[in-house]
Amino acid sequence: MSQPTTYSLSARIMHWGMAFLLFSMLFAGLAMVQSLQPWHLTLLGLHKSFGVIALIAVIVRLVIRLRTTTPALPDSIPALQKRIAHASHWLLYAAMFAMPLSGYFMQNAAGRPVAVFDLFTLPAIMPVSLPLYGFFREVHALVAWALIALVLVHIAAALHHGLVKRDGVLQSMTGRKK
Amino acid sequence: MSKKTPSALPLRYAIIIGAVGGLGALVFAVAGGLGQSSVTAQDFVNLQEGGNPHLGFRRAHAKGFCVAGEFVSNGSLQPYSIAPQFTATSTPFVGRISIAGGNPTAPDLNAPVRSLALSFGEGSSRWLTAMNTPPVMAVGTPEAFYQQIQALSPDPETGERNPERISAFFAAHPETQTFRNWQAGYTPSSSFASEIYHSINAFYLINENGDRQAVRWAAMPTVSNGETLDAANANALQDEFFARVEAQPVAFDLTFTFANDSDDETNPTVLWPSTRRNMIAGQIVVHQAMPESEGNCNEINFDPLVLPKGMAATADPILRARSAAYAESYRRRAREHFLNSSLQPSPQKESENNQ
Repeated sequence: MSQPTTYSLSARIMHWGMAFLLFSMLFAGLAMVQSLQPWHLTLLGLHKSFGVIALIAVIVRLVIRLRTTTPALPDSIPALQKRIAHASHWLLYAAMFAMPLSGYFMQNAAGRPVAVFDLFTLPAIMPVSLPLYGFFREVHALVAWALIALVLVHIAAALHHGLVKRDGVLQSMTGRKK
Repeated sequence: MSKKTPSALPLRYAIIIGAVGGLGALVFAVAGGLGQSSVTAQDFVNLQEGGNPHLGFRRAHAKGFCVAGEFVSNGSLQPYSIAPQFTATSTPFVGRISIAGGNPTAPDLNAPVRSLALSFGEGSSRWLTAMNTPPVMAVGTPEAFYQQIQALSPDPETGERNPERISAFFAAHPETQTFRNWQAGYTPSSSFASEIYHSINAFYLINENGDRQAVRWAAMPTVSNGETLDAANANALQDEFFARVEAQPVAFDLTFTFANDSDDETNPTVLWPSTRRNMIAGQIVVHQAMPESEGNCNEINFDPLVLPKGMAATADPILRARSAAYAESYRRRAREHFLNSSLQPSPQKESENNQ
């Protein structure tokens, strides 16, 4: 069986949907921690709810990734660069898991409920603890910055493939004209 | 694949740099306060710290102790709220009694404001309330509150408060009048047990039909003042309370005041008329008091926007601002506790270390 030249449709939907979700969450988080405005409470509630959605989404996405054949990088790319490309993808996955999990854990450690759209409340799975909150709160912020850095590099690399090298790597995620 | 045209390459690189650089710049700008109003949560906590944070302590109300007990509800609020705390039952709580200010070793009797904070229930029933001795806020917006703290802070050069700056602030903010009237008539009690602690901000009670009723509440004392305290004892109020609870439980009536349609529940500077309906929801009974190092209140951020189903926040700008400011203070002291596990919440321990 030959390798496909594009990611599967489900993988592409997850990629672009999550790209939109992650940018919304990152900007919401950066603004929210500073704001004293009345909308803070609403945004905080949405951030927690969509954080749970982001966790479910990345699990689904990982399953799709592991169960579908991904397009091979072109032979024109040196082996080292291919390894870096793969590593960056798995780092992105790690960050996409670490963001919602650290958010959930820090709320746990603070003893604060994580309600999902007022529908249900996630169980608390760890004790209320100041040092634990301190740890997960800082992890949440540091991983956010790491994710931002990874995404910027990812976009730069994708555009480089699409605009300069024009080797079809960008099209493997944007899709191709039939 | 189309052939590369070398002349277009600089343009293509420019697009990449512009897109990635622009996005990166936007992220940094938002992180740096783009779109924020003049005062942020960080500004507030920086002001409270005054450049000299007491590591590991709350940035406001640094000095306090833990209490534990139960809220014994009489069920009278059940028609107004589905919160399980208001059924005719008893709900255990963990709480904290504190004095205003960022200094964890400040003398109890010098503090202008005293507080009772409570945490009861779990999950979607969790309710946190942070009540203070004044019944109203002096001002109605976080920006004005920031200016108030600035005006009341000691001058960094003289170490004294500047009366001219204070009167200029009050003159510019006529909405402070109700607060100043309260202040003029307020005599601090000789016990934490005989103070009135107010919710200050208004909240909604929500019943099973979804009807909202704006309320304020207060913990009303059930005991009168004790003996005159030793003014030289920095922990005079704390020691008095510990001895009192040792002898017998300390109770407060949790009294709710119901707003009329004519009351603005979003304005924390205005006192509702005394003719408004009052309802006692039950008694807050304190059974135990202990230093923070022995209790489990130090890890709680008493964010008054953590409310159970059956209660909701009003649009009061001060109330809405409390969450982010509390969270920033909580983040800082939690980080300090994570990085330095020897930090102790008890002020007594800190003063030992300083000797």
